[in-house]
Formats: sequence, C-alpha cells, structure tokens
Amino acid sequence: MTTATSARRLSVALSSRPRTRLGLLLGAPLLWLGLVYIAALAALLITAFWTTDTFTGQVRTEWTLDNIITVLTGSLYHTVTLRTLGIAVLVTVVDIVIALPIAYFMAKVASPRLRYALVIAVLMPLWASYLVKAYAWRSVLSEGGIVDWALRPFGLDGPGYGLPAVIMTLAYLWLPYVILPIFAGLERVPDSLLEASGDLGAKAGRTFFQVVLPILTPSIIAGAIFSFSLSLGDYITVNIVGGANQLLGNLVYTNIGTANNLPLAAAVALIPVVIMSVFLLAVRRTGALDNL
Amino acid sequence: MKSQITAGGALLASALLLTACGTAGNGGGGDTGGMPTELGEKEGAVSILAWPGYVEDGSNDPAVDWVSGFEELTGCEVTVKTFGTSDEALNLMKSGEYDVVSASGDASLRLVAAGDVAPVNVDLLENYDGIFDFLKNQSWNSVDGQPYGVPHGYGANLLMWNTDIFPGGLDSWSAVFDDAGQNSGAVTAYDSPIYIADAAVYLMATQPDLGIENPYALDETQLAAAVDLLKAQRQHIGEYWSDYLKEIQAFETGDSVVGTTWQVIQNSITTGNTEVYLPKEGATGWSDTWMISSQSEHPNCAYAWLDWIASPETNATATAYFGEAPSSQEACNFRDDCEAYHAGDAEYASQIWYWSTPIKECLDGRTDVECTDYAQWTAAWQEIKG
Repeated sequence: MTTATSARRLSVALSSRPRTRLGLLLGAPLLWLGLVYIAALAALLITAFWTTDTFTGQVRTEWTLDNIITVLTGSLYHTVTLRTLGIAVLVTVVDIVIALPIAYFMAKVASPRLRYALVIAVLMPLWASYLVKAYAWRSVLSEGGIVDWALRPFGLDGPGYGLPAVIMTLAYLWLPYVILPIFAGLERVPDSLLEASGDLGAKAGRTFFQVVLPILTPSIIAGAIFSFSLSLGDYITVNIVGGANQLLGNLVYTNIGTANNLPLAAAVALIPVVIMSVFLLAVRRTGALDNL
Repeated sequence: MKSQITAGGALLASALLLTACGTAGNGGGGDTGGMPTELGEKEGAVSILAWPGYVEDGSNDPAVDWVSGFEELTGCEVTVKTFGTSDEALNLMKSGEYDVVSASGDASLRLVAAGDVAPVNVDLLENYDGIFDFLKNQSWNSVDGQPYGVPHGYGANLLMWNTDIFPGGLDSWSAVFDDAGQNSGAVTAYDSPIYIADAAVYLMATQPDLGIENPYALDETQLAAAVDLLKAQRQHIGEYWSDYLKEIQAFETGDSVVGTTWQVIQNSITTGNTEVYLPKEGATGWSDTWMISSQSEHPNCAYAWLDWIASPETNATATAYFGEAPSSQEACNFRDDCEAYHAGDAEYASQIWYWSTPIKECLDGRTDVECTDYAQWTAAWQEIKG
C-alpha cells in the first residue's frame, strides 16, 4: 500500500504547485526541441564549416569557408537548386489544382456519409510505404507500362523516366497532405456566404474567386508548405523515376555516400533550409501557419 | 498536425544522423600491432558487407548457397549486407558494424588509410597458399608487403546490349559514347565517379594524342577530355544505375538497351534478349579482396570466413555465380568455364584496368605532372550529371 500512498502524496503535492506540474509536463518535449532538434541543426551548420581528408574521407575540424563558397559559386549548385525549386513549385501547383475541386466536393457537395468515405479514401494511400508507391510509379511509367499502353491508341508515348515523371510521382505522394488542410478550410466557409453571393447574382466562378478563395488562401498555403517542403528534400523518387537527373537531395546524398564529404553535404543541405526559412517567413504574414 | 509532426520527425532524424557522423575521426592506418598470431574460440556470428552475389545463403535462389555450409562447419551465424558502389562500402565500414568486407581496388587502399581494416595474418589461412601469385601482394591489397586481405576474384565491366535493338551484336564502347545518339534516352552507365575511368579507357583507344597510359592516372587535360566525353554521353543517358536490381529491371522492360554491366546482371536477366561482351578497347574491371574490419568483434569467425571463401570449392561456386575468374587454380577443378574467364592467365588479367583509387601521385609513374584525385573525380562526376 506504500506505493498507493506515495502516489497520492505526489499528486497532492503537485495539485498545489501548478508551475511544477507545468514544468514536468513540458520538460521532456522542450528538452527534445531544444537540445535534440536545435542542437542537431546547429551541428549541421557547424559541420558545413569543416573540411575533409579527400583520401580517407575523415572529417577534419579545420575552419574554412570553402564549402559555402563552393555551394554559392558553383554553377552545378545553381542549376540543381533551380531545378529542385522548379520541381517543388510545379508539384505544389499540380497538387493545389487537383486538391481544390476534390476538397470542394468533399466539404460542400458530398453527403456526410460520402464525405467520411472520401476522407478515408484520401488518407488511405498514406498507409502504404513511400517506396512501394514510388516503385509502383516506376513500373507504371516504364517502357510498355500502363501509361504507354493507355496512350498508344492515340499515337502517343508515355513520358518515360525523367523530370515529368518525378513531378507526377511527387504530386501523387503529397496529394493527401494538400487536400486535408484545404478540406478543413472549406468546411469552415459558411454555406450562407455562398448563398448570399449567389443571391446577389454572382455566378459560380465569381463566387469561387471573390468569396471562397480569399477565405481559403491560408489553407491553400498550409497545404503548399507540405508539398513544397517535402518535394524540396526528396531524393528517392528522383532516383527511382527521375532517369539521369539529380536534385538537391541527391547532391547531399552523393556527397555523403559517394564523396564521403560530410562538410560539403552539410553546406548543400543548408540551401533547402534557407529556401524554406524564406518561404515560411513570407507565408507567416498571411496567417497560414495558424491553419496547420 | 500529424503530418507536420512526421515531417519534423523525418527532418530531425536526418539531422541526428548528420550529427552522429559529424564528429571528426582520427585517421590511423598502417597499424600492424593488433594482428593475431593464432586463432581462438569462434564467436558464433560474423557480419559481412559484400557486393551483391558474393554471399548467397539460398534466400535469392535455393540452389545457390555457400553460406549454410560455413555456418554448419564453424557455428558462425552469417548476416550479410550488400552494397552497390565502393563508396557506399567505404561509408558503411566506417560504422564499425561489419566484420568482413569484399573491397574492390578503388576502396581497399582508402579503407587501409582510414584505419578501417586490419592487416591479415595470412599464415592463419590454410587456403591462402593456393591463390594465384599475380593476385597476391598487389598495390590494392597490401601495404609494404603486408597483406590486408585475401584475393577473391576478378573480372571486367562488360558492355551489355538488347539483342532486339542490336541483332548484329557490338564489339566497341562507341555504342555508349560516340554512337550513343542512336539510342538516345535508352543508354545506361554506372553511377559512380569511377566510371570516368571507362571513358578514359575508350579515349586511350580513340584519342591516343591525349597520352593516357593508365585510366586512373589522369592529369587535368586528360580528365577534362573524359569529362567532355561523358557530358556528351549524358545527353543520351536514360538513367544511371548503381542498384543492380534497377539495371536488371531497366533491361528487362527495355528502358535501357545498351550500357555497362556485370556478368551477374546478365545471368539474372530472365527475358533472354541481352548479350554481353568485353569490347575491343579493353575495359575497367575489379580485383576484389576480402578484408577484416579493425573494429571487428568477431575476428575468429572473420578469419574462418576468409579461409572458407578462399577454399577452392567455395571460391569456385561464388565466383562462377558472380561471373568472374576465381582466385586459385584448384578452384577451376570445380568450374567448367575457367577458360572463358581466362582464369590464371596473368597476361589477360593485366589487360583489365582494375579499379583503383586515383591519387595525386600519378599511378602511371609520371612525375612531371600532378594527377587528379578521387575528390576531383567526384566533383567532376556531379558536374557531368548536372
């Protein structure tokens, strides 16, 4: 019975000390965030200023700006950064264009029962492994695959492996992350607003662009953050369906895996960190972060 | 919200991974102090890092198994991890989790220099004596006469083509270089900086003016020529491969129709419309060495594995499966295709340019110029891929 009484004593002590209670509750996650998360990012930053023994691949703690300068001035890094940005933007645009009508149908048209069925259907692909889905697209897009087969009657060929394939695959992979915030945002748009707009003579298109879209912008941006940031760091999909192309993630990967140059990899990894920081700072003003 | 947490977790995990590796190591190398003089009790387990097809336990093909016999004989439970490029092997060995590695010449010296592998007391290995002399004490498996491992087998990087596209067959690397445009988008190449040497071998035959004597000893001008050739090839590449399963699939579906390959890939393709050949310009190749980690926790099982894989019958089975020449004449008693691989033919073996690590001191003996090293090759390779 001693454990029961000591537990009781502890709970009595805690109930009279709200600050201790709060400290205990938040201590672990704060430690996690502060020490593990921030410290890891800081270590990444520091590693970027070190150098490596080119023969053995051992990291040497000599301070140098060489890696940063290489990344900032190398034409390779410019090309790949632009390509990665372009892919991330296109994937995001494709996802939003697909997600808007689906989310609209789910939130405003479908019956409650159908709505829940659709939410489950949207979430369902997340149950399958990323790799399985990427390899599925590899066989879908392969020579003589489903896409080729479907396009052949029209005298067309499939896109094969390459950047279009990367965009298609990534757009498919991140679609649920874009649909859900837009769906949640649309659910909060009162039907009465749409009806009022219709009563005042606005057609469907005008109602969408002048009433729904402004209210929905933060939700769209919230979805965009997911698809954009996830695309920015991806290197597996491009390896599987991207043909001979490489993205920023591949440069990080080859610098660690092939070149054994961890400092240069850290310097390259700072590029997406910077891009995302700028992106997040820009969207913070729109209030989209409240919608996450 | 949940997805945000997941994304954050993934970022965190990768950041953790980076920090874990972010600590600087102290390069050792050449330390011979820890070499055992006699073998002790087997530890009951051995962890092996190997090229695909080097350690088969029957899980890929029940008929292909040379691990179970070892486990029964020694009581050492084998766990195996395969790798696709030498660089991957090098990186994995740094983790210290593996007892034994099958290292090619472009990794072995770097492993020694980094202190990741230990010298091997070959007197403890019964089967070392039978190994071809021209494989022993070579620049890629020994330092100052001290062996760092046991030779396994050797072979060439071959040219593979789809027989539907090339019914007449091919005999030259020009199919993937100067004539690559004929199959634009369906050419494949090995995804590693060491592939630059393949371009150099082709240049040795087609542009003798460049004066390349050894494809791993390229000065700035010679490297630039190879890079130009590879950049031109890049326009016609469908995809690069380092995962041999990906290459098998690409040739089976027809996404790739011509490119560099290994014999084991040809052996694994089930559609039957591919052929391989060692082109007239010569080829790069490998001569692999079984090495023991300097941090091995199972050294006795590791020595037992080296002895087992060097034994004529096992070596014959393993090298025949991979499609390469075995390491000993006795092994040929267990194979009927030794002549096809020119096993034991030192003259032929000398015509394959075995993978070795490019370093500043030119490997071809030139002293008037500085050669390009592997770091430069890596940078060049990323540049080529663009």
